[in-house]
Amino acid sequence: MLSYIIRRILATIPVVFTVAIMVFCLLRLTPGDPALILAGDAATPEQLTQIRQHMGLDQSLATQFFKWGTQVMQGDLGVSLHSGTPVTSMIASRAAPSLALALSTIILSTLIAIPLGVFSAWRRGTGVDRSVMAFSVLGFSVPVFVTGYVLILLFSIKLGWLPIQGYRSLSQGVGPFFQHLALPTLALSTGFVALIARIARSSVLEVLGEDFIRTARAKGVTERTVMLAHALRSAAVPIITVIGISIALLISGVVVTESVFNVPGLGRLVVESVLARDYPLIQGLILLFSMVYIVVNLVIDILYSVFDPRIRY
Amino acid sequence: MKHALARKSRALPARCVLGIALGVWGAAAVQAQTLNVVMASKLTVLDPVLTASHQTRNHGYMIYDTLLATDADNKVQPQMAEKWSVSEDGKTYTFVLRDGLKWHDGAPVKAEDCIASIQRWAQQDKVGRQIMPHVASMNVVDDKTFTIVLNRPLDITAALGKPSGLPSFMMPKRVAETPATQAITDYTGSGPFKFVQAQFQPGVRTVYEKNTDYVPRNEPPSATAGGKQVFVDKVEWIAMPDAMTGVNALMGGEVDYLETVPFDMTPLVQRAPQVTLKVIDKLGYQPMYRFNQLQAPFNNKQIRQAAMYAIGQETILKAQVGDPAFYKTCGAVFGCGLPYASDVRADMIVPSNIERAKQLLKEANYNNEPVVILHATDIAMASAIPVVMAQQLRQAGFNVSLQAMDFMTMLSRRANRDVTAKGGWSIFVTTWHVSEIMDPLRNYGVSANGEKAWFGWPTVPKVESLREAFLLATSDEERKRVTDQLQDLMLDEGVAITLGEIHSAAAFRNTISGVLDSPAPVFWNIKKAAK
Repeated sequence: MLSYIIRRILATIPVVFTVAIMVFCLLRLTPGDPALILAGDAATPEQLTQIRQHMGLDQSLATQFFKWGTQVMQGDLGVSLHSGTPVTSMIASRAAPSLALALSTIILSTLIAIPLGVFSAWRRGTGVDRSVMAFSVLGFSVPVFVTGYVLILLFSIKLGWLPIQGYRSLSQGVGPFFQHLALPTLALSTGFVALIARIARSSVLEVLGEDFIRTARAKGVTERTVMLAHALRSAAVPIITVIGISIALLISGVVVTESVFNVPGLGRLVVESVLARDYPLIQGLILLFSMVYIVVNLVIDILYSVFDPRIRY
Repeated sequence: MKHALARKSRALPARCVLGIALGVWGAAAVQAQTLNVVMASKLTVLDPVLTASHQTRNHGYMIYDTLLATDADNKVQPQMAEKWSVSEDGKTYTFVLRDGLKWHDGAPVKAEDCIASIQRWAQQDKVGRQIMPHVASMNVVDDKTFTIVLNRPLDITAALGKPSGLPSFMMPKRVAETPATQAITDYTGSGPFKFVQAQFQPGVRTVYEKNTDYVPRNEPPSATAGGKQVFVDKVEWIAMPDAMTGVNALMGGEVDYLETVPFDMTPLVQRAPQVTLKVIDKLGYQPMYRFNQLQAPFNNKQIRQAAMYAIGQETILKAQVGDPAFYKTCGAVFGCGLPYASDVRADMIVPSNIERAKQLLKEANYNNEPVVILHATDIAMASAIPVVMAQQLRQAGFNVSLQAMDFMTMLSRRANRDVTAKGGWSIFVTTWHVSEIMDPLRNYGVSANGEKAWFGWPTVPKVESLREAFLLATSDEERKRVTDQLQDLMLDEGVAITLGEIHSAAAFRNTISGVLDSPAPVFWNIKKAAK
């Protein structure tokens, strides 16, 4: 296992390198000039040239890539072209809200979705099963911003229980932290509960048809043990996969939720940096996201062998 | 003992009431110290000379001060200057600084700081660049006095006091010596607020604290001029990418002030009893468009005029804004109702006249060349305009291709001078704050020196000579005569075409008072009461 983990970690190097080259080249192929948006209409062509020189954008692509690559190897992702702030500190300040939102959503979603999915599979074809499936379809279909606005209307504006927007870090108090996280977590969870519950249901249903389940039942094992100890454990692999991918997705791609609840997370930062063609920031973020996906996939692969002893590396 | 107990028990309710009152007062006082504001867009660039972004300009008004300023009646007033005088020949301006001016680090503001600041600003600002060739020297007389000596008499006060994209903010000499194309990293100003750099999160949050050393002028505040008295301890700008969230936060009491309420949400805000909706920027914005005059079909004057007749203003502004309370149709290139407003040739651009457009197209033998309109979809103030414009042009018989893109892509595409088949364009739409177009020196549309001109590259040499004539004019009457001629020429040639004016509204909770009418949002004079 250890050698497998080491091999997987080593394998990330060419992946990250490839991602870095692709992002770098794609950005340069995209229309848009950061110097233009910075200077606006006030700048003369000469001034634009000077700004580009100052940003290093006048150099050849190979030189720019080499400089950036050297910086990255030293743990320096450069500085934002617009704010002049180091990319690492910009990412660090936005990572905490994203991480908090991702974890709270995935924990809540898992706690609700897995029992729902298992119960639905156990009661297949009944009213309960149909209700769970109907909820799943609804959870998938309703856009997150609609859910978000409805939650704000109900819990913030009508009832006044929770704040409308913003994020508070744990250092600003546990209460405010959870209060500000509650509504975005709920809004995001509807979709993820639907997704995980459906996967859990179908996986458990598939396992329930297996011979070893029939054998367990024939031996007089209680239905609860059959469902939780045998069926759910065997059905865990696809559930873990979807949870893992959800975590990565939640960290990098919940722009709409972050906007509706004004959570200063990484998703918003990506959109803002792309619109401003802030090359170092975009490059730093994409590198981070590729690392997140690599780590999440590695953890998923390791967990496979924990839940399914037949899988060995 | 009994009396003592009785006294104590009688005193208890009073103490409780006092305690509660003090507690409530204390809480209210703590709350009242921070003004929470949602600005129209996020702040990322902190150098008000490097960029003409309005958000950066607003940041500039928080932490910097200006030598001169423009009041609510568009009159130039002294600000950091105690006074200024002009020599009899009109060539030498002498500025004397007020007593007690200090930078945020405690150092006194000196004349040399002002000269360095003007020099840096004038490299970037359009008006500054036109004035500087006529400046012979800038000289320190003493710590509080300096002169600007010109080669010929010019009025430079409007430029130094204007509140447009690049106001002339004063910075310490060490900061102002930074090349104008390089961002400053030292944010020491002398304005009424101090920038709290440690709490700055680009694109998320900007915090300012009251500059307790600031000495306001004695006059009442008026737009960006007058006494800048600060009544709150902190102002916090919160960036909110979603407009609906901003409105909800305002109505829910989580923020105090919303710089701009989206037009489709004004009815919602108007109905909220605890909130005031008000147009505080009386100048507003001018949407305008420009033709690419290097390429067909708009290299033909008659076809440009056909397009102008077709487009009109009312339909476009109605689609963009909706409520007529927030827009105005008017043909004035230099701002409606302002000193250089004119209705010369307004009949060509205010009403839409499709029949006249069709007639002109026929006379011009329009050959169905494609008209590519660049449509920047992420500019809230103008995103609907190209869509309606395309429809108006199609009705007149133009072959229109509306190409949607983000603002950054539009900026790049706009620089392409090639034919439309090779990424070129025919029309782009932009918006200016009226303070940026209200005279020929500031107005980017007044640029018609061919390949060297601003995007669109018209060749009308007379436009250039009239602009110079405006710069050198010595009386208001002469300036007005020049601007009338310019408007006539610019609309006849289709150099830059105004689409009227848009006035966005701000909204603030009724717990705050003293919000000033101003072309740029300012946060002095505002008091915040308990909720």
